[in-house]
Amino acid sequence: MPSAKVKKLLGWYGQMVLIREFEDACDRLFWEEKQITGVYLHLYSGHEAVGVGALAALTERDHVITAYRDHGIALARGLDVGACMAEMMGRVDGTSGGKGGSMHLADRSRNFWGGYAIVGGHLPLAVGIALASQYRGEDEVTLCFVGDGATNNGYFHESLNMAAIWDLPMVWLIENNFVAMGTRVEKHAGEPELHKRAAAYGMKSLGRVDGQDVQAVHDITRQAVKYARNKGPVLLEALTYRYKGHGVSDRSYDQRFAAELAEYRESKDPIELLKRKLLQAGHADETSLGEIEAVQQEKVKEAVAFAAASPAPSEEHLYQNVYVETERA
Amino acid sequence: MMVRNQPMREALRSALQEEMRRDERVFVMGEEVGEWQGTHRITRGFLQEFGERRVRDTPISEMAIAGAAVGAAMNGLRPVAEMMTISFAFLAMDAIVNHAAKIRYMFDGEFEVPLVIRAASGWGDQATATHSHSPEPIFAHFPGMYLACPSTPADAKGMLKTAIRDPNPVLFCESIALYPRPGPVPNDEDYLLPIGEAAVKRAGADVTLVSFAAGVHWCLQAARELSKEGIECEVVDLRWLRPLDMDTVIASFQKTNRCVVVEESLPMYSLGSEVAAQLQERAFDYMDAPIRRVSAADVPLPFARELELMALPNADKVIASVREVLR
Ligand SMILES: Cc1ncc(C[n+]2csc(CCOP(=O)(O)OP(=O)(O)O)c2C)c(N)n1
Repeated sequence: MPSAKVKKLLGWYGQMVLIREFEDACDRLFWEEKQITGVYLHLYSGHEAVGVGALAALTERDHVITAYRDHGIALARGLDVGACMAEMMGRVDGTSGGKGGSMHLADRSRNFWGGYAIVGGHLPLAVGIALASQYRGEDEVTLCFVGDGATNNGYFHESLNMAAIWDLPMVWLIENNFVAMGTRVEKHAGEPELHKRAAAYGMKSLGRVDGQDVQAVHDITRQAVKYARNKGPVLLEALTYRYKGHGVSDRSYDQRFAAELAEYRESKDPIELLKRKLLQAGHADETSLGEIEAVQQEKVKEAVAFAAASPAPSEEHLYQNVYVETERA
Repeated sequence: MMVRNQPMREALRSALQEEMRRDERVFVMGEEVGEWQGTHRITRGFLQEFGERRVRDTPISEMAIAGAAVGAAMNGLRPVAEMMTISFAFLAMDAIVNHAAKIRYMFDGEFEVPLVIRAASGWGDQATATHSHSPEPIFAHFPGMYLACPSTPADAKGMLKTAIRDPNPVLFCESIALYPRPGPVPNDEDYLLPIGEAAVKRAGADVTLVSFAAGVHWCLQAARELSKEGIECEVVDLRWLRPLDMDTVIASFQKTNRCVVVEESLPMYSLGSEVAAQLQERAFDYMDAPIRRVSAADVPLPFARELELMALPNADKVIASVREVLR
């Protein structure tokens, strides 16, 4: 019997493999099978340790919100894989009934408040979600993922400042993958060490963490959550790397950053790093990890089959949920 | 005049490039306009030709992009700012509406604001609700700023050049769906089309179809189909929503006595609402049928392809409305 600690590591390994497999499937379903037709498809590949490590530090009562690069966060939060895939294909059994697509997964029952496509737009929503917790006197924490590029519009400034003055129970987790679409962080941010922004708001900062190391992300997020639950907002910056272009259609990325990409894939891949750690410590062998991988691959295969069999929404859905249906005179 | 066949994307690029070569004060700024070569490739090659001083990559900061364009324009430059898509212009709405459009008047002529904000507009590529907009009528609501919305590569070139040279602020809306669509473009560095002048893109005596940008192509397609059964539509391409060339619309309406307004935008408080209101005010005696409107479905636009196609206007919907006004 593996210890609880080892079980946790193996669980994270499985989640990260699931995300990688899911994203590879999306890529294929877009380019080859053409079962995904929406070009606004932003893959989380390379970021797995950030999403998985951070979410592992939350309880079910805590809240999560993110931007459009949301597949990995949704899966790490335990959303149904088939429902996520059905959303990619715009089917009724999708998490948003096929009306949201790749950028707008959500699940109220898991306190996953969704992916949002206007850069920075979800930051003040996170403030409001945390405000509601504080208002009701509940001790939940809201974790808000923020892209490096999203630190440069008014939403960021206004939201962090408000969180600070009201001591809201929040963790702001910047996923710095060094590039906003095609612009490097040194070029888009006057202070590229983004964690330093906390000082401007008098907010607690936990600095930078290696976002390729799932354990490190987990540990520091845990610390951040504890602080947020008891004292107030915390800013944290995880350094990570995007494996694919900004969206699926962006293929120039691979050439532009070829050398860096190769370096990450060879020596800094988050899944490989955990694998090595597990093997070296003797917590697992190639066979047991292979079994975990096979289980995740099977999950994705089943999800694709489930999604493909789900019907497209009909005209009735087009007009549903514009408003909460009430009896009006 | 030499003419060459070009997609709208290239017509826009050459217009902008020629204006930058012609006038040192013209510069571009926006997200991914430089190193990335432009999200829609309008500024491809610009960084290489004009350098970082005149081709300025910005952070994701729409409010400051638009606001800084206003200030630079007030202080003697000719900024051409890019909104990656018009959905992001909502973040810049205050700078556009409260400053670009009002400064001239508010200070009673003290300042000029000769800026162009280019914005990629339109929907229908499964970009989902927050990225699916054709909000031209909203922006055209405000006096003090012109609004351009070309439907052909030639118009795009002539209108963009005029917009850049004009001393007033212009919101220049480019239909994403039309970027790759080719057409003949005059090879003339001074090809200028006057502000606020509509064009009759097809003559016909039975029904007037009024539209702009992508909608013009749905109208032309509908007109070709209907012509096979002997129904002749006149297609008025407004080209500018402000100033709005109602004289051209009315002249056509006086001939046909029937009108359908076609737009990619939402139906309420729309171009259709405006044209219908002005026609009943100014040409009531010529009206033989209620004016019909073809527009997007009145919902936040959905992701699923099937739903999107239901919500999107098209030539068939135009044809159905033409039949209604002819009943
Ligand atoms: C307000 C706004 N401006 C521009 C865009 C277009 N856009 C989408 S994602 C993106 C880059 C964001 O980069 P970052 O925040 O670093 O997140 P990442 O894509 O790296 O996850 C841009 C410019 C947008 N969606 N919203």
